[in-house]
Amino acid sequence: MDEFSKETLVYERPNTLTDFTTHYCPGCTHGIAHRLTAEVLEEMNARERAVGVASVGCSVFAYNYFNFDFVQAPHGRAPAMATGVKRLLPDRIVFTYQGDGDLASIGMSEIVAAAARGENITVVFINNTNYGMTGGQMAPTTLPGQVTTSSPHGRDVETAGFPIRVSEMLSTLDGATYVVRRSLHDPKNIRMAKKALRIAFTVQERGLGFSMVELLSTCPTNWGMTPMESLHWVETKMIPYYPVGDYKVAPVVAEIKV
Amino acid sequence: MTKQLLKGNVAIAEAAVRYGLQAYFGYPITPQTELLEYLSKRMPELGRVFVQAESELGAVNMVYGAACTGARVMSSSSSPGVSLMLEGLSYIAGTELPAVFVDVMRGGPGLGNIAPSQQDYNQIVHGGGHGDYYPIVLAPANIQEAIDYIGLAFTLAEKYRSLAILLIDGCLGQMMEPAELPEMQPVRTVYPAWAARGAAGREPIIHTSIYLNPLDQEKTNLRILSRWREVQAKEIRFRGYYLDDAKYAIIAFGTAGRVALSAVRAARNAGIKVGMFRPITLAPFPAQAIRELSERLEGILVVEMNSGQMLEDVLANTHNRAAVEFYGRPGGNIPLADDILTEIKRIAQGKSTLNGHPRDRWVDRMLAANPGA
Repeated sequence: MDEFSKETLVYERPNTLTDFTTHYCPGCTHGIAHRLTAEVLEEMNARERAVGVASVGCSVFAYNYFNFDFVQAPHGRAPAMATGVKRLLPDRIVFTYQGDGDLASIGMSEIVAAAARGENITVVFINNTNYGMTGGQMAPTTLPGQVTTSSPHGRDVETAGFPIRVSEMLSTLDGATYVVRRSLHDPKNIRMAKKALRIAFTVQERGLGFSMVELLSTCPTNWGMTPMESLHWVETKMIPYYPVGDYKVAPVVAEIKV
Repeated sequence: MTKQLLKGNVAIAEAAVRYGLQAYFGYPITPQTELLEYLSKRMPELGRVFVQAESELGAVNMVYGAACTGARVMSSSSSPGVSLMLEGLSYIAGTELPAVFVDVMRGGPGLGNIAPSQQDYNQIVHGGGHGDYYPIVLAPANIQEAIDYIGLAFTLAEKYRSLAILLIDGCLGQMMEPAELPEMQPVRTVYPAWAARGAAGREPIIHTSIYLNPLDQEKTNLRILSRWREVQAKEIRFRGYYLDDAKYAIIAFGTAGRVALSAVRAARNAGIKVGMFRPITLAPFPAQAIRELSERLEGILVVEMNSGQMLEDVLANTHNRAAVEFYGRPGGNIPLADDILTEIKRIAQGKSTLNGHPRDRWVDRMLAANPGA
């Protein structure tokens, strides 16, 4: 009995997550991305002033998992919807949570325009190189040669073109304040991802403009791999094409210490 | 207040401001652009929100997000731009949020032209976007009504958590006439309980239009329909002219109704007992009033600036009790009062019929008059 009473709780659910079992597949890193986002918002005491914008794709039900106000956007339109929320509620923490099909394909206009406007929102961008929710079709981020259900012989760049490096592209926009890419394939990178999210949300809290953290993520089910194989694939196949790094860090961001 | 000489688009914009508009999101398109231009100056000087969006898709989704916060919010566009907004309109309707839109219709289909038209009747009144939803649609016929009905649009949208759309044409958007603006009203400071503004001291509020369980979706569909039946019961508006002793009547809305009224007056001067019925709410449609008219009239002439869109809604309620004829000018043309008078005289001479479809008879007359078409 005494032994039990001496137990110390060292890890619990942040107050920004609901007690809800997610629908994500085993081994998918969406859960990690949710957890990191929720931890950062809890640490910033943001539960009562956060408004999330869910997108269309696997993260469509994100609003069930985060324990604060949430709205759900049409496919690709989350940055526009977040603009509407943020302009009316400038002192709230407003963020979108979007996958690569949503953000880099159908929603390219909305994300570019929001970044160019310097819209004071944060974007959590999940890049897993395919459309997960609809069963693993080719996305703009699908790697050359990668087999998907709509590139059954591997992405042929002659007919399907080349992947889009979103962070690099958005970094060219003067309106973007903080644009970085991180990966969720191992503990070190996960820690780096959390720190980047903290900076991104702090950029917004201080009214410094558009921030985005791209997170390289796994999709074991649609990739046809085990969770461990998926993590290895991120490290060996995705990172060479999508290098982890800081693509836009406006000088003012240097003042943020987290 | 006194009357001022006001351009339609500007009058609507300033009226919206005075009715407490908190945010406007739009995209330039002729013939509604002055509305956006005016608010680009006016809203910031009042410390309110104005954003010129990247597209109509962007604009409608900014409205969607802003509506989630319980704010009084609107956008405006013209026909091709409204086509792009339909995705967002369906989502806003599916999420049961209030939002106001102005459609300053132009000629079409396709890129068409920038001349006045009523081509969006079906697109707006009968939905346009996917799914069963029912926007409230108001059709002013002059600038004073446009001012008054933009205020009514906000009231009705918020009362019924519904879309409310002011449907006008390029003529009403562009023309100037004397009208009186409302007094400046205070901007909202108290928000409805459903507004997503941060979960301070409460459970989260979620705004979504996804109901993955079809039974939940069906419940939502039925809830939306129930609310619409309440709108139908309480909010139908129309105006009648010279109907008491009429043997014939024109049914027309907006600019077409205004021009038709001139023809009706000329016909009255010529001794023809014709009146006019002008729907102000195109949705909810004044079906019962039109049914009653059709029971006592000998003939009805529907006049529209399209190829006969409201015509179908009229026919659905006349049930062949009265002969219905149609006169339309699609493609960005405004009918002339003289041409409508000719149609009235034709009907008064007994040249209307219950056989066939009035659109077919009209097309035959139009093609005969335009052999090159």
